[in-house]
Amino acid sequence: MPTIRVKADGDAALATRDVHVHYGDAEAIKGITMEIPRNRVVALIGPSGCGKSTLLRCFNRMNDLVPSARVTGEVLFQGENLYAEHVDPVEVRRRIGMVFQKPNPFPKSIYDNVAFGPRLYGRPKDLDDIVERSLRQAALWDEVKDRLGHSALGLSGGQQQRLCIARAMAVTPEVLLMDEPASALDPIATAKIEELIQQLVEHYTIVIVTHNMQQAARVSHYTAYLYIGELIEYDVTDTIFTAPNEKHTEDYVTGRFG
Amino acid sequence: MSPADSARASRHFDQELQELRELLLRMATRSEEQVRDALNAVKRRDAQAAQHSIERDHEIDALELDIEERAINLLARRQPMATDLRTLVSTLKISNDLERVGDHAVNIAQCAKRLAEAVPLPNLSELDRMADVSTEMLRDAIAAFIDRDPDLARDVCRRDDQVDRYNDSVFRVMLAEMSRNPNTVVAALQMMLVARNLERIADLATNLGEDVIYIVEARTVKHHAEELKSDQEDEGEFDQ
Amino acid sequence: MSGKRHNLEAPPELIARRRRGKVFQGLCLAATLVGVVTLVVLLADILVDGVTWLSPTFFTEFPSRLPARAGIKSALYGTVWLMGLVALISFPLGVAAAVWLEEYARKGWLRTAIHTNIANLAGVPSIVYGILGLAIFVRWMFAITGGRSVISGALTISLLVLPILIIAGQESIRAVPNSIREASYGLGATKWQTVRHHVLPNAMPGILTGTILALSRAIGETAPLIMIGALTFIAFVPDGPRDQFTVLSIQIYNWASRPQDEFRGLAAAAIIVLLALLLSMNALAIWLRNRYRKEW
Repeated sequence: MPTIRVKADGDAALATRDVHVHYGDAEAIKGITMEIPRNRVVALIGPSGCGKSTLLRCFNRMNDLVPSARVTGEVLFQGENLYAEHVDPVEVRRRIGMVFQKPNPFPKSIYDNVAFGPRLYGRPKDLDDIVERSLRQAALWDEVKDRLGHSALGLSGGQQQRLCIARAMAVTPEVLLMDEPASALDPIATAKIEELIQQLVEHYTIVIVTHNMQQAARVSHYTAYLYIGELIEYDVTDTIFTAPNEKHTEDYVTGRFG
Repeated sequence: MSPADSARASRHFDQELQELRELLLRMATRSEEQVRDALNAVKRRDAQAAQHSIERDHEIDALELDIEERAINLLARRQPMATDLRTLVSTLKISNDLERVGDHAVNIAQCAKRLAEAVPLPNLSELDRMADVSTEMLRDAIAAFIDRDPDLARDVCRRDDQVDRYNDSVFRVMLAEMSRNPNTVVAALQMMLVARNLERIADLATNLGEDVIYIVEARTVKHHAEELKSDQEDEGEFDQ
Repeated sequence: MSGKRHNLEAPPELIARRRRGKVFQGLCLAATLVGVVTLVVLLADILVDGVTWLSPTFFTEFPSRLPARAGIKSALYGTVWLMGLVALISFPLGVAAAVWLEEYARKGWLRTAIHTNIANLAGVPSIVYGILGLAIFVRWMFAITGGRSVISGALTISLLVLPILIIAGQESIRAVPNSIREASYGLGATKWQTVRHHVLPNAMPGILTGTILALSRAIGETAPLIMIGALTFIAFVPDGPRDQFTVLSIQIYNWASRPQDEFRGLAAAAIIVLLALLLSMNALAIWLRNRYRKEW
């Protein structure tokens, strides 16, 4: 039985109820039930292949893009099941944003990158304000304000990732999903991203997948440890890293196996 | 990192932890020996043995420095978590306490030197008992550390009150002796000092026990008898 | 006494390896030169033969039995009409088919079957397309196309180049990194928005390259056009898509098979015009491709 000690007491931004994910015949997620409290950072950790990215992608229905993927169970966003019949995944993705492992700015200008999201829904009159606000939130405005028309591909890796964060925030989501956002970056850029996460959590709920335990320890309030598709332990981050309940968790965080 | 890589790294780190553990054990054994030698010097009124004991204290100090340096290095390099983290942090505390045990042993040895020149006192059974209990506590605390036995550690903590009582008793008896026979003041004072140092050694043994409980169970326990009793009751035991 | 060898000098076996490499390099160069030299010789031959026949009247006169009065007006107009129509028809069809196959079709046996068939069609001899065009566009759809007309020719040639376009389009679309699509979907874009704003623009350079390939093939096609009834000797230009026509390649063929020497010169001149046309089409496509690349 897994050790789950995180309860959102009715104020969960996201929750899963017995979620299973199959890719064809292979079962990647084997019945996970957990809650993500509002305005907190929750880290998903575990060895490669444990399903943390798959679980993350359940939260914004990105798994729909994989033809062989099949999701059962419920994923609740503010009480509503994301996988219900009437739910439109496109609308889900507007309200639950995602930042990916390798920075993937569009081959367009910095401005157009950030403006792409808002433009999808019409022609907002205050587009300049939206772009500036998003870039400020991502702590990138000062570095790019004089070259908004330049190609986004000319930015450094760390700047590109912050641009992707700004782009995600331009559509004002309520939850931010981050799939190993700093794993392709150098330590200084990583530190900037982690700093940013701690600022953003004031207004957003953040779920972050990371294979770097120290990072999970630094940025998250709660940590969930997954192993081969199962949730082994989910508790306050301090507890997971000083005195975990499950031996499996202990072996993983002490580096006894990769 | 691949499982093979992390297994290799884990083994090396485990090796380093094991070396540190052995150092700590060596330090503990030395401290225990120092206490025993000092107490023997008191009993046999052997100033030379006492002096010899005092000179050997630097070995314990050297061990503490070595252990501290290694532990801090491991903390910086290995970013330990969970049990490893608790073990390393506790190792620093334990080595610190063991060094103080060594210092108290030196104090007792110095009392022994002065007692050797003073008028001998009749044998004081309370002090003998107190010495026995204190040294047993130290020995058992170290054994609890070796065996990672939190129950034994708890047992050590419980004996601390006994030692405190013996201390009061020695104090009273010596006071009475001093008022009865002023010639014995010097010796009596030394005995009181010996008792005092034994009481501190018992406290330090209790600290050691608490650290063992923290390492194994991740629980911080302060050695008050009431807390320990309620601790036990939680676990379904019953102690009168 | 053997000379002392310093540590980092090439040992004998390395020298031998390197020599073998040089031989291989030489062979590759020779192979390249064979193609290049042949091409250069051919072009020089054409230029020598034909350049004297390039006069203003060459472009304004219709073909004639008298070499001095012969011109390529009808053939040139016919070729331009044909290429224009082929581009208009095949480009949208090809791109749309490639988009459907790569972005919308479910990956199953049906899609694989379609894909394989298209790949096979690219290798079918062009004369077969001629027969097909004759049966369908000239005869069966006579009412719409007007029989042996430019539009029939254009439709036939479009069918011929469509597989090339589709395959090139598919490859280009497949080459667009999936991370771009994921980023787009992640922001709440629909599939169509993603295709329109990201997939197509990023695939466009590759698609245009495929178009260059396709049109280059089309401009030289002769057999299928003869099959569907392009004429060899006409003295008028097409005044609509349903009108009769001829093309440069047919005119060249016609002149080259005449016994008189002058007609060989005329044929060479017409080849020069055809090559010039081909180069300008390619240049246009490359310019378009670079424009797309620069924007990103």
